[in-house]
Amino acid sequence: MLSITDLVIGFHTPRGTIHAVDGVSLSLDEGEVLGVVGESGCGKSVLALSVLGLLPQPPAFVAGGKILFRDQDLLKLPGDAWRRLRGNAIGMIFQEPMTALNPVFTVGNQLMEVFRVHRNLGRAEALRESVEMLAKVGVPAPERRVKEYPYQLSGGMRQRVMIAMALACNPDLLLADEPTTALDVSIQAQILELMIALKEDMGTAIMLITHDLGVVAEMTQRVAVMYTGRIMEEASTVTLFDNPLHPYTLGLMGAIPRADATFETEALTEIQGVVPGLGNLPPGCHFAPRCPRVMDVCRTEVPPLVAVAPDHRVACWAVTHG
Amino acid sequence: MKGAGRFRHLSASWRLWAETFQALSRSPGAVIGGLLFVAIIAVSLGFPLLYPRDPLAQELLSRLIPPFWQEGGSLAYPLGTDNLGRDVLVRILYGSRVSLLVGFSAVLVASVAGIALGLISGYYGGRVDHFIMRLADVFMAYPFMLLTISVIAVLGNSIFNLILVLGLSDWVTYARTIRGSVLSIKKKEFVMAARSVGTPHRVILLRHVFPNVLSPILVLGTVRVANIIIWESGLSFLGMGVPPPMPTWGRMLAEGRVYIADAWWLVTLPGLAIMLTILSINLLGDGLRDALDPRLRNIPG
Repeated sequence: MLSITDLVIGFHTPRGTIHAVDGVSLSLDEGEVLGVVGESGCGKSVLALSVLGLLPQPPAFVAGGKILFRDQDLLKLPGDAWRRLRGNAIGMIFQEPMTALNPVFTVGNQLMEVFRVHRNLGRAEALRESVEMLAKVGVPAPERRVKEYPYQLSGGMRQRVMIAMALACNPDLLLADEPTTALDVSIQAQILELMIALKEDMGTAIMLITHDLGVVAEMTQRVAVMYTGRIMEEASTVTLFDNPLHPYTLGLMGAIPRADATFETEALTEIQGVVPGLGNLPPGCHFAPRCPRVMDVCRTEVPPLVAVAPDHRVACWAVTHG
Repeated sequence: MKGAGRFRHLSASWRLWAETFQALSRSPGAVIGGLLFVAIIAVSLGFPLLYPRDPLAQELLSRLIPPFWQEGGSLAYPLGTDNLGRDVLVRILYGSRVSLLVGFSAVLVASVAGIALGLISGYYGGRVDHFIMRLADVFMAYPFMLLTISVIAVLGNSIFNLILVLGLSDWVTYARTIRGSVLSIKKKEFVMAARSVGTPHRVILLRHVFPNVLSPILVLGTVRVANIIIWESGLSFLGMGVPPPMPTWGRMLAEGRVYIADAWWLVTLPGLAIMLTILSINLLGDGLRDALDPRLRNIPG
C-alpha cells in the first residue's frame, strides 16, 4: 500500500547539505504494523513527515526517490491533493501530546475541524461524530470532555485525543511518531493497547516510529532498524528478535535491561561512541567507527541492503562477506 | 487544573475575560488607570447633559478670564476663557471627543492593517515576508511627521484623513509584533498537528495562529492609543490636525502659547487633560500586559 523507494531527503544547512534520509526503501502492506527503530537523529521523524509532505521546505528538499501510496506518487502530487490525503487517508500521531493541541481551543473544536475539513459536516453533526470518536478512543465522559481545553486533560487523555484526530476519517495509514515516549509507563501500555485495538477494528496500517525495542516487540509485525538516515536491517519482528544480524541491532538489544538477568551475571552493554553528526559522516558504512566487527571494506564502501533470508535484509559487510 | 478555579461555571471564553479582569483588579495602577479612563470616556460622552455650552461661542467682552479660583474668575466660566472669550472647560471637553475618536480609530486602522500584514508575513515567510518587511523598513526610515504632514497637505486636513494617515503610518509596529509571535507559534507542534489532519493554510492561520498572537496586540493597542493622541495633539499644534473651528487639545495649546505669560490656563489645562488621558491609558495598558502575561506563558513551549 505504501512503498518508499530510494528516498533521499536533504537539508540545506549553513555548513552545507546533509542527508537526513539517505536512500531508504520500505514498504507497508494493508493492515500491517511496521516498526522503524533507531536512536535520536537517525531520520525516523523526517521519514514520517516526508510521507505527509510536512517537511519544512526550505531547508528540507527531496533529493530523490519515490513515495507510492496506493499507486500514486505522493512526491509528484500537487499540494492541495496531498493536503486532502492528510487526515483523510493518512493520519499522524505526534510525540508530544502536551503541545500538539492548540491551547486556546476546546478539544471538541479541534476534533470537529477534521470532520469539517474532510467531510464538510455541519457543526452539530461534526460535534456528534467527535463525541463518538472520543468514546472510541476510550475517553471517559466524552460529552463533557469535548468542551474542555487541552490544559484540563492529562497527557494520556491528550494522546487519546490526538489519536482520535488522526483516526477521525478512518485513514488507511497511520504514522505514529514516538506516540508513547512522552507518557508514563502505565499510560504507554494503555495507549499501545488502544492503537492495537483500533487497528484491528479499522484495519489501519501503522508505521510506528520509536526508539523503544520493547514497544516494537509488542506491537509490530515487521521492523526496520535505521541509523543516520539509512536502513541497517529489516526483518519480521520475530526474526529480528530471534536472530539479529547487524552489529548495530545487536548493540541496541544489548542495551535493553532484561527481566531475567541478574546484576552479577549480565551487565548491560553499550554501543561505544556516539552517533556521528549528519554533517561529518564517515564514508562507507556510517556505523563503522562504532562497530565491534569493523573491517577495512566498511570504511570505504557502503554496504548494500542484502536479503539473507526471504524475510530478512541486512546492510553489513561483516554479515554478508565476513 | 490550573487557571479554572472559581470561574469554572463560565463558558471558556468568558472565563478568560473574567480571569483577566480579576488579575487587573489586583493591580492598583490598573484600577486607577481604568477608573480614570472610564471617567474620561463617560465625561466626554455625557458632558452636554451637565454642561451645555457652545464651544465656539465668542464673548469678546469677557476675554482671558482666569479660572474661578483665581482673582477675577467667576463660576460662569469655571476654567476661564481664551483670547476670543470662549469657554475653556467646554472646549477641553469637546477636545476629548476628538482626541479619543482619533486615537481609537487610528489604532483600529493600524492594527487591522498591521495584523493582516504581520500574519501573512510571518506565516508564509519567503518572498512575501521579505516584501512586507522591507516595506515596513521604508515606513520606519521615513520620518513619520514629515509623511503625515505631506499627506495631509495633499489630501487636505479632515478628521477622516487624519485618522487614515495616523493609522496607516503606525501599522509597522503591529506588523512586526505580530510577525514575531507568528514565527514562534507556527513552529508549535499543534500547527504541525493541524496540518497533519489536512487543515488548509488559511484556516490554520485564522483559527490556530491568530488567536494565539492576540494578547500582545491588545497591550500594544492601549499603548499606541496614547501615542496617537499625542501625535494628534502635535499635528493640531502645527495646524495639520483636525481643521478649525473644531476645538482640539493640540490646537488649544497652539493658540494659547501666545498668551502663556498672561493666561497660564490656556496652555496648562489642555496640557493637563492630555497628560491625564495618556496616564490613564498607560496605567491600564501596563496592568493589561501583566494580567495577560501568564496566558502568554500558558502556551506550552
